[in-house]
Amino acid sequence: MKAEDKPLIIAAGFTLVILLIGTGYTLSTQGTAPLLQPTYLLQQLQIGSFLGICAAGLMLVILTGHIDLSIPATLTGAAMIGTAIGGPWAIPAALAFGLVVGLINGAGTAVLRVPSMIFTLGMDTVLRGVTVAQTGGFAPQDQATPLMLALAKDRFLGIPLALYVWAAVSIVIAFLLARTAFGRSLYAIGTRERAAYLSGIRTRPVIIGAFVASSLCAALAGVLLAGYSAKAYQGMGNAYLLPAIAAVVLGGTNVLGGSGRYIGTLIGVILIVLLNSVLSIMQMPEALRQIIYGVVIVVMLLIYGRGARETG
Amino acid sequence: MGRWVAQNRGFAGALVLFATLLLIYNLLHPRGFSSAVLVQNANESVAIAFVAMAQTVPVLMRGLDLSVGAVMTLSACVASYLLTGSGLEISFGILAVLATGTAFGLMNGLIVVYGRLQPIIATLATGAIAIGLALLLRPQPGGDVDGDLSWALTNTVWDFADTYSIADGGEAWWIRPFADIPVPLILLVGVAILVWLPFKRTVTGRTIYAIGSAEGAAYVSGLPINRAKLAAFTLAGFFSACAGLYLALQTSTGNADTVQAGAYTLNSIAAVVLGGTALAGGIGGAIASVVGALILRLISFYFRILDIEPLLQPLIEGLVLLLAVSAGAWRTFSVKNRLELFR
Amino acid sequence: MTAAPIIELNGISKSYAGIRALDSVDFAAKRGSVHAILGENGAGKSTLIKIISGVVAPDAGEMRLNGQPVRFQNPSAATAQGVVCMFQELSLIPDLSVADNISIAAPPLRMGLIDRHAQLQRAEDLLARVRCEDVDPRMLVRDLSLSRRQMVEIAKALGRNPQVLILDEATSALTAQDVQTVYDLLGKLTAESVTTLFISHRMHEVEALCDRLSVFRNGRHIETFAKGERSDAEIVRLMIGRDVTAKYPPKPAAQARPSVLTAEGLEWEGALKGVSLTLGKGEILGVGGLDGQGQKELLLAFFGVLKGVKGRVEMGGRGLPSSPITAKTGQPRIALIPEDRKTEGLMLPMSIADNLVTAAFDRITRSGVIDPVRLEAAVQDGIARLQIKVGSPQDAVRTLSGGNQQKVVIAKWLMTEPDIILMNDPTRGIDVGTKQEIFRMMRDLADGGKSILFYSSDYAELIGCADRVIVLYDGKVVRELTGEAITEEALVGASLNIGTAA
Repeated sequence: MKAEDKPLIIAAGFTLVILLIGTGYTLSTQGTAPLLQPTYLLQQLQIGSFLGICAAGLMLVILTGHIDLSIPATLTGAAMIGTAIGGPWAIPAALAFGLVVGLINGAGTAVLRVPSMIFTLGMDTVLRGVTVAQTGGFAPQDQATPLMLALAKDRFLGIPLALYVWAAVSIVIAFLLARTAFGRSLYAIGTRERAAYLSGIRTRPVIIGAFVASSLCAALAGVLLAGYSAKAYQGMGNAYLLPAIAAVVLGGTNVLGGSGRYIGTLIGVILIVLLNSVLSIMQMPEALRQIIYGVVIVVMLLIYGRGARETG
Repeated sequence: MGRWVAQNRGFAGALVLFATLLLIYNLLHPRGFSSAVLVQNANESVAIAFVAMAQTVPVLMRGLDLSVGAVMTLSACVASYLLTGSGLEISFGILAVLATGTAFGLMNGLIVVYGRLQPIIATLATGAIAIGLALLLRPQPGGDVDGDLSWALTNTVWDFADTYSIADGGEAWWIRPFADIPVPLILLVGVAILVWLPFKRTVTGRTIYAIGSAEGAAYVSGLPINRAKLAAFTLAGFFSACAGLYLALQTSTGNADTVQAGAYTLNSIAAVVLGGTALAGGIGGAIASVVGALILRLISFYFRILDIEPLLQPLIEGLVLLLAVSAGAWRTFSVKNRLELFR
Repeated sequence: MTAAPIIELNGISKSYAGIRALDSVDFAAKRGSVHAILGENGAGKSTLIKIISGVVAPDAGEMRLNGQPVRFQNPSAATAQGVVCMFQELSLIPDLSVADNISIAAPPLRMGLIDRHAQLQRAEDLLARVRCEDVDPRMLVRDLSLSRRQMVEIAKALGRNPQVLILDEATSALTAQDVQTVYDLLGKLTAESVTTLFISHRMHEVEALCDRLSVFRNGRHIETFAKGERSDAEIVRLMIGRDVTAKYPPKPAAQARPSVLTAEGLEWEGALKGVSLTLGKGEILGVGGLDGQGQKELLLAFFGVLKGVKGRVEMGGRGLPSSPITAKTGQPRIALIPEDRKTEGLMLPMSIADNLVTAAFDRITRSGVIDPVRLEAAVQDGIARLQIKVGSPQDAVRTLSGGNQQKVVIAKWLMTEPDIILMNDPTRGIDVGTKQEIFRMMRDLADGGKSILFYSSDYAELIGCADRVIVLYDGKVVRELTGEAITEEALVGASLNIGTAA
């Protein structure tokens, strides 16, 4: 077993533990085991797909050693633009918005070399301001288009379409990371940008590419979430940033960049989604949920190993 | 003087920007340069200034504390229970609030130092814990804060003296020159002078700068690395508690507001950067971050006097932040050896 | 002669991740001696120093200081007992002032707080002792030149009142005048019966300074002897454990070579002040001179790293590349073996395989997609070409020895099939055996029609390897030497810019 696999196995094991605890709870209180029923699980994963898509894009940025804090506003903005434009151009317009945001984030980080933490934070504030100013507190047109509704809610072969979208995104990202020069460059830059530059890697386009991927994923998640809620609204993306970071890191990706595998992020997302559903089944109050959430992250990372998080 | 500017370019720039903004603001304000305006502005700035100080310490050693806003919120919720009763009880309450935040900071430090987790991710998680605890304490906003104390600490020195009938109710000759100064500013400056400046001149404080500048060199130089890391997070917790304490005094309630906590954390990072402290560590200081926080607040004050559509406020705040950080980036283009771009 | 040893090691062993760095070493140094520690890289010198100075703890064995057993938990414990080390990677904090740095861990205090005034005074006194009065102690260390930093480092070590002073490559960046200062200083310290452990790769320094020498090899202490008991050749043999014959491959006869690179009047930011040179096809052109005379900048300029380079450059019909990307893909193709392999040449935590292919993605991909068959072939090819000793190509490159790491850097660049190879001190910190392999390979490459611009800080390498040498002084070429004219005297003279032979 490679050291890199350790977090994956622990995270997967922990996911099972959560399932067991949740099932034990429901069996003892209601005598049923909804967590083990495919329909319930699929429904949870359907909700989790929005988080999963955000985390997939964010992972590319984290691999380069940067971070994208503009995910919430990008998600919200894309949803609002999509619903405001409506019709067949709704989804392309939303994705185009994501593309532009990613390009600006990437340019600020890779060309101007402003720390991504602060640049994407500023970007998030600006986008938030734009959406507030544009809608003026109420939206003229915030209803999701039929296609958005279908993507988020319909099923094909009994499986929600949103899961197909998530799977498609996952396949693309996993392929990019494992089998392309772009993917290798991400790892190289995240490990040591100086050496990557001196190896003749196009560091700037690659970093910009990572940010574009992250923003596109956030925009896509916004489209789906708008479809799922049937409309776009202020602050709809707020709940996605921190869980996405947590999912990527719990999946074994080094938060300083350079190492991590996509399968880990996938497991991280599932872990968080299941944790959330078990906590809601237990009707845990928000206060305890936050505490449990925090404790789980700290404890798991501690189990992953002392010193395992260090880089050269 | 020239050397100081050359060695503290970011801070010097922030000072100039702040002075300019402050001057123009008071010129534009119908009641500019008055004590009332100053008191109001000071009240709205103190909490973020404390949180910015809190954020500075971990940033100086190339860390980041994403729990500062949450610890502030937790401290405010604790304060909403304890800042009432007799003078002794209140004094004990203040100490207990500060101890809460400080202990939480120490816990962050222990996790980072002995658990060897990245600060950013460890504090992300402990921040959630702090918010959870705050929510346990105050599921609904509420609480009781001693009215006299609240009034005395959020107004001028004269009001303070008047409230507690000291110095002839503020009329004593020796207090006259200070009578119009807002108490919150004195608290802020006092904490900075009594806590931060001495700390900076200890070996532990110096070690924090050394870690941010070159951790390996700091270790072989025999500096107390672990102690400094613990101290940095503990101090961050203490400053966050100061912010929470003040917030409770100002609003007379405790409110476990998750959104507000997040906003304070993010604004603290912005304030640190605006003040000229490098996110890469080693350069800057808590005083600089206070100036950064004041700049952030001043910008929002402009909205009121210029009658700008309030909805535009976040947009313009964000743009100012982006412009400020990008302005420093012109140097990127004048770099002649591209290797210098990659530290 | 019979003075009791001040420091004594018995049966000290240390392993890193299963690899034995020191193997039950016995070692002793006498009070008031200057004791040289010699050995190839990987011989265990740095581990030995780290143990003595408390940076790492030994796995087994005992250390005695003044006859008393000691066990240092960290560097400050060692310092407290008078064992002070000046490390090869500087221990200065760039963002703090010189005065702060000199009194870093134990500053003068007043009421528990650092007394800045006393600290300044102390810094001035110590700087005066190393004749660095020109350094203002209020300056930040990051604003100092490398040689000044090294002197500050020495002042800092002095300020700790050492009984045992360890100098690890302490003179590598110093000017001739500074080196003399250090010599004098060591003389004074010796008179005060301070013991100095001196690690250097420069034999003439060792000979000038030290009275005893200890040779290490493969983590073992081989022999200790007084200066003059062994000849240089014997010492080298002790270090590598076998005879050195034909250290450098034979050079081909002088011949006319078509030029692949011509530069005229290169200027850049005061580091290059009008450098002109031509590089012929199949030629190894050495670049000599003292450190910091513009050699590194010259190589970076040809690789497209520097902006705003003035002057005329002609290589295969084009001028200077605008970036490393155009440098490696244009015609002729250029490669750079950078100065610091750990931060510039390699991604240490990544695998050997990943590192080998980072410069040549186009070789292993089809329209951006990696072809596993090509990837595997390229990795095997790279490993075989330089005979890199690896367990598995999937191991992290940091598990390799310094020499093998450097081979990975070179193999990585050979994968791009470069026409011009720029080498920035490629043998720095590498064991003698690997050095020879690298010289052999360089000659093979040149014979195969590649052109090499080879900067080395070691004159012997230039003499042994280069067809022609240009010597830089203050950003200009001051001498060009060809064939037999490349001698140590000529190189040293030109480096100091003193006209020996006209």
